[in-house]
Amino acid sequence: MIEPQDTPTDQAAPALPDLDCAPDVVMPEVIYEGDNTIVNIGPSHPSTHGVCRVIVELDGEIVRHAEPVIGHLHRGIEKMAENRTYLQVVPLTDRLDYVGSMYANWAYCRAVERLAGIRVPERAEYIRVIVCELQRIASHMMAIGPAGADTGATSAFMYTFWQRELVVDLFESLCGARLTYNYVRPGGVSFDLPDGWIEKCREFVAQHPAAMLEIDRFLFGNVIFRARTKGIGVLDADDAVSWGASGPVARGSGVDWDLRRDDPYSVYPRFDFSIPVGDNGDVYDRTRVRLWEAIESCRIIGQALDGLAEFEPGTIKADGMPRLLAPRPGDAYDHIESARGSLGVYLVSDGSVRPYRMKVRSPAFCNLALLPLVSEGYTLSDLVVILGSLDPVFGEVDR
Amino acid sequence: MAGVDDLAKALESTPGGGIILTSIDAIADWARGYSLWMMPMGTACCAMELIAASFSKFDFDRHGSIPRPDPRHTDVMVVAGTITHKMAPAVKRLWAQMPDPKWCIAMGNCAVSGGIFYYDTYSVVRGVDEFLPVDIYIAGCPPRPESLQDAILRLREKVRAESISPSRVRAVEGVLPLPGDPLRGETADAAPEGSDV
Amino acid sequence: MDITELREHLCGQYPDLCPLFSIEFGDGVLLVTSDRLHAAARDLKDLGFDRLGMVTAVDFGEEFELVYRLQSREMRAGIFVKTRVPRDEPRIDSVNDLWAAANWQEREVYDMFGIVFDGHPDLRRILLTDDWVGYPLRKDYENPTIIRRPDYL
Repeated sequence: MIEPQDTPTDQAAPALPDLDCAPDVVMPEVIYEGDNTIVNIGPSHPSTHGVCRVIVELDGEIVRHAEPVIGHLHRGIEKMAENRTYLQVVPLTDRLDYVGSMYANWAYCRAVERLAGIRVPERAEYIRVIVCELQRIASHMMAIGPAGADTGATSAFMYTFWQRELVVDLFESLCGARLTYNYVRPGGVSFDLPDGWIEKCREFVAQHPAAMLEIDRFLFGNVIFRARTKGIGVLDADDAVSWGASGPVARGSGVDWDLRRDDPYSVYPRFDFSIPVGDNGDVYDRTRVRLWEAIESCRIIGQALDGLAEFEPGTIKADGMPRLLAPRPGDAYDHIESARGSLGVYLVSDGSVRPYRMKVRSPAFCNLALLPLVSEGYTLSDLVVILGSLDPVFGEVDR
Repeated sequence: MAGVDDLAKALESTPGGGIILTSIDAIADWARGYSLWMMPMGTACCAMELIAASFSKFDFDRHGSIPRPDPRHTDVMVVAGTITHKMAPAVKRLWAQMPDPKWCIAMGNCAVSGGIFYYDTYSVVRGVDEFLPVDIYIAGCPPRPESLQDAILRLREKVRAESISPSRVRAVEGVLPLPGDPLRGETADAAPEGSDV
Repeated sequence: MDITELREHLCGQYPDLCPLFSIEFGDGVLLVTSDRLHAAARDLKDLGFDRLGMVTAVDFGEEFELVYRLQSREMRAGIFVKTRVPRDEPRIDSVNDLWAAANWQEREVYDMFGIVFDGHPDLRRILLTDDWVGYPLRKDYENPTIIRRPDYL
């Protein structure tokens, strides 16, 4: 039984402060040492966006530490590449980032081309830019939609997935596959654009920004989504740089760094586009940066389709490509801006027909390493949203 | 399942019970076949096609196949993607958590045989049938959602030929009777002790 | 500071290593001995290389080559720092205190090559299971579960 407090009755009760001025009181933080609960999430859990296991130390509902356990999809692609010829490695790179296969194709092919000194025809470079920007749209749709689904708005996933299906249809008519394209090859691309593809692509690019603005209105303007994502999982710019974050995760925190503009490769300097950058570094900004990047990608695709008309159809492969590449001994590194950040491939050649060593610098791996940092102090339900906003693809994290 | 097994046994030993059993089978198989809820065991690329199958364009809900993340709600496990040695214990545990009767679909070359990751790798399980009983195999890397649709429809045919009676289940053509089953032509004592298959 | 100034500065800083420093395709290569790696990394960080892009290793038989790729946002330049450690005693100082990104990347190198990073706060396997035997990306790695691919080319 709690005794009522001994209050002097002859004094008037103090007036309550106005609601406008916040009381100058700091609530003490309650920490129960040694009384935390360990909760295991995964490795097969619908909200981990793949096969990730997260061991969470909870104080009540507050995450004190979240440790990702990765490697459940480690297939040893880097080891397998050492026993394949340079061309046979390309299908393996498809399976790295399976949401955006074209990027891994392209990054690998650029490293091979740098190693072997191959010049790619300009038409092939334009086609590569077009397919990779389409891939960026498809990949971002798989990041924006689940962000809605994680916060309870499953219909946003339906809308974004429809846009993704349109891109996948374009890819299917281009190279026959829906997911693992094997399209970008060392020295060029595998097929030229089929008849009528450019018109279909223009149709898609014409309708996509309006669809994105619709999602911007009904998802990012939604009061529940804003409440669940604003101020959640805040990552400041210094931490983003120090932890090697790249792509929308870094740009959401205000790190204005995009390889397409800052370390320009291929024909990107010829295009006019802007890089959306967030301010707060929270889940909302990271996700919204992706949405605006998808709209900017449409601009790039439109310019690239215009530029494509200058080049003769059919010149899509470098001249004099041997059937078996045997580059000079040495090493080469090249990186591109994938949907998740800077995706690099480091190749070492010993002069034989097989790579001596292939290393994939995976952006999702570096971004996922931020999870303990950004999820600390938020609730368990926020952890799911934060993990989704880092957009890990475990084929690429685990390799 | 013990109650259902007892019921089936009692019906089979009763004169005329076979007719009732057949009628119950017809109803049970109709119900099971049209509500094959999926346990989406998506690990790699095929998981994307599994998601595509249940989303806007292909819409598997119309087949009664709803992906349920909880294994205790599901009838069919769709193993979509590469299974590594690190992941295999988790798949086995999820399979054990699914209630009987349960079926398994191996979707994609990796789940069928290891696929592109068959050679030269040290961490991949070469096919999910090394530790799970697989009913339907779907080839492709990855298979299209239509292939998964076909697999669900074929699995439905298989389900509709089954019975709630354990002895009748194994009488389906092409399915090997389990150890200890009279159809196998051996006595029940020959079954190894503690065998849980 | 642009790349030419950077080159002059580094040649002044490391006179014995200067001939090995070349600028190719915009990326510099700096070869250092393993005991000077941490100091060189600290120098480069002070010069403005604020991002650690990649840490990896290559198995060259008798020794492992460690490759660090640093990137500077201000100079818009990348540089490789390479060093070699002997195979029988693969040890190197961790750069985790300079760039937090080294945390997971060095764990991965430890997992795949067995190179020990001194001063790393949490050095254990990351991709493989904790009870895994051997280091898979070493060239002499043997595992009975590997099926060798027939050599068709």
